[in-house]
Amino acid sequence: MHPENSVAGGALPHPSDGYTIPHTHGPEEVPHTHPDPGVDPHEPLTTGPRALRVGIGGPVGSGKTALVAALCRALGDELRLAVVTNDIYTTEDADFLLRNGVLPADRVRAVETGCCPHTAIRDDISANLDAVEDLEASLGPLDLVLVESGGDNLTATFSKGLIDQQIFVVDVAGGDKVPRKGGPGVTTADLLVINKTDLAPMVGADLSVMDHDAKARRGDLPTVFLSLVEDRNATPVADWIRTLVATRVPAA
Amino acid sequence: MKAFSRVVAERDNLGGTRLTVLHSESPLLLRRTGPTTVHLVGGGAGPLRGDDLRLDIAVGPGATLEIRSVAAQLALPGRDHLPPSRFEITATVAAGATLRWHPEPMIAAAGCDHHTITRVDVAEGGTLLWRDDLVCGRHHEDSGNVRLDTTIRYAGTTLYRHDLAVGPAAPGWSGPAILGGGRAIGTIVFAPDTMPATSGPGDYALMPLAGPGMLATAIADDIRPVQAALDPLCEPTRALAHT
Amino acid sequence: MSGMSLATLLVLADGRLPSGGHAHSGGLEAQVSAGRVRDLDAVADFLRGKLATSGLVSAAFAAAACAHPSEWAALDQGLDSRTPSPALRKASRAQGRALLRAARAMWTMPLTGRDLHQPVALGVVAAAAGLGPAAAAVAAAHGTTSGAASAAVRLLGLDPYAVHGLLARLAPECDRIAADAAARADDPVDDLPAAGAPLLDIGAELHATWEVRLFAS
Ligand SMILES: Nc1nc2c(ncn2[C@@H]2O[C@H](COP(=O)(O)OP(=O)(O)O)[C@@H](O)[C@H]2O)c(=O)[nH]1
Ligand SMILES: [Mg+2]
Repeated sequence: MHPENSVAGGALPHPSDGYTIPHTHGPEEVPHTHPDPGVDPHEPLTTGPRALRVGIGGPVGSGKTALVAALCRALGDELRLAVVTNDIYTTEDADFLLRNGVLPADRVRAVETGCCPHTAIRDDISANLDAVEDLEASLGPLDLVLVESGGDNLTATFSKGLIDQQIFVVDVAGGDKVPRKGGPGVTTADLLVINKTDLAPMVGADLSVMDHDAKARRGDLPTVFLSLVEDRNATPVADWIRTLVATRVPAA
Repeated sequence: MKAFSRVVAERDNLGGTRLTVLHSESPLLLRRTGPTTVHLVGGGAGPLRGDDLRLDIAVGPGATLEIRSVAAQLALPGRDHLPPSRFEITATVAAGATLRWHPEPMIAAAGCDHHTITRVDVAEGGTLLWRDDLVCGRHHEDSGNVRLDTTIRYAGTTLYRHDLAVGPAAPGWSGPAILGGGRAIGTIVFAPDTMPATSGPGDYALMPLAGPGMLATAIADDIRPVQAALDPLCEPTRALAHT
Repeated sequence: MSGMSLATLLVLADGRLPSGGHAHSGGLEAQVSAGRVRDLDAVADFLRGKLATSGLVSAAFAAAACAHPSEWAALDQGLDSRTPSPALRKASRAQGRALLRAARAMWTMPLTGRDLHQPVALGVVAAAAGLGPAAAAVAAAHGTTSGAASAAVRLLGLDPYAVHGLLARLAPECDRIAADAAARADDPVDDLPAAGAPLLDIGAELHATWEVRLFAS
């Protein structure tokens, strides 16, 4: 008997019946079509300035998706925006945004990260760039694309090849030591958001300590405190983005 | 053994199909069994190493032909020094014509060395169903070497190109990339029919091809679940309605 | 491979090249979930089968595209006809697009389609980098095993040394397949290798329907 046969046999899962109940693909699995191979789509899809890209990073559960939802709520009527998510749940964050009625499905793209969320936003940004480009190609010119990272640790930051500005979201629930620990996210993000201030009394987190530590780590870079349960429009973050957009040449 | 058999189906004046050529050489014996049906009735076991079999099928404009077989094809070892057995099938399907190839499975007996080469050309407006089932070894037997090398063209463009190799000469063939320990596989290529992709349960998928057509593939421990998955897709369709 | 820059080949074949590969398991995630791949032996079996089928096809198309970059459209169509699974076509084109994106920053690239199948993109890129068909083929064959091997480390928590031991043992087979592939670089597209792996097709289709997946394919 040749060695191949030793792995064969009935131990492997082969259902012997029930083949007739097919499982239909989800909508994103429609057969792939690609541009006419004779046409070169290499050149930038739009000639005007592209959308401002803002990365939103931070540990799992700190409120990144809640912040994205709040920003869509606050800015959805004044800016043409779209969202790229990097969650392992390929549709969960997108579903959340849909359920909350803040963004239609065609404005959200999910990117798989192969167990390496930081790789997808920092070392090999190709899938995220494809997602941003596809959104711009299918929706027309955009003003703002939010890229939410998959939850990672304090060292994960976005590549400047992918985004223009990055927000790092931490929360007070893990105690008030997070800003003191530093790490590239806390130290270098263009905006640090300390979220869930409503929970501070319950976890005994001292916001003034966090503020002091953040200033020490970040110098002149801005930090805002936020409670997304109290401020459903994330007003200070939305204002920060409005300023960024206003100082750019608007998209064609 | 060498054999060259040939069948030509053409539309007759009454809108039916007549066989203008039905030439058989043993062991590739063809018998007309219905208005549009021909059976391969080849007696005896085979092919064996050294055999060189050719079958030409031509379905003319507006004609319909279904080819079935009465028994499984059992590929056997034959004498060691001889070259692999070869079965070369060439088919053309004209505009408005339908060809359904739906034989019984091929069985790769231990020690066999067999190569089936299929070339099908379907003109724009023609319809094809091409089914191939393969069982890797008889009961409690290792698989022999079988290669199924298939090219299906539609309207002048290659629609489906697939070369399946099983048996000890094919690295990893029963491993988790190829058959995963499964001993039977069946495929159907449809052209130009297509449906949305579906998959499962089990190792089954119906896949729209890049061109006009689709592939259904099922893999299982034995042929029975493969047939359960694929047979319903071979029910006569509207394509045969005009016969 | 006379006159070829070995260092250029290493740059092109480096797993850290930002060409989208890290997000693809090469079909492994589907088979891990099906329970067929749990240990190093099963990974070895998976990689051997994959190398002999999609590895050979990828190497042949990379070599052909490197030898004849202007034929990219016909070669791309040839891979379409060899890739029945829509999910695998999508994965291959996503990786081709990512590779072309990276390559444009590295070498002067000819105009091609944007979403080429990965092996065709690899061949065109290799040519632009001054490499020959044999180098393109070896990069392609190596890529079909190394990507899935790295996914195996991440999905199964296997000992990375053991997995690299496996890759080292497969290297001579990669070379052999690449040499076969390169020798056929001038063949008509229909005559290029078409070795298929049915479970990779079916697995990719099942995987594409999952709600939760770690890899894009
Ligand atoms: N109490 C409180 N809960 C919040 C706040 N922001 C988000 N959450 C909750 O924290 C959990 C994780 O939020 P999510 O946005 O999914 O985090 P992500 O993993 O960073 O995307 C959810 O249950 C949110 O409702 C906040 O400001 N206060
Ligand atoms: Mg989230």
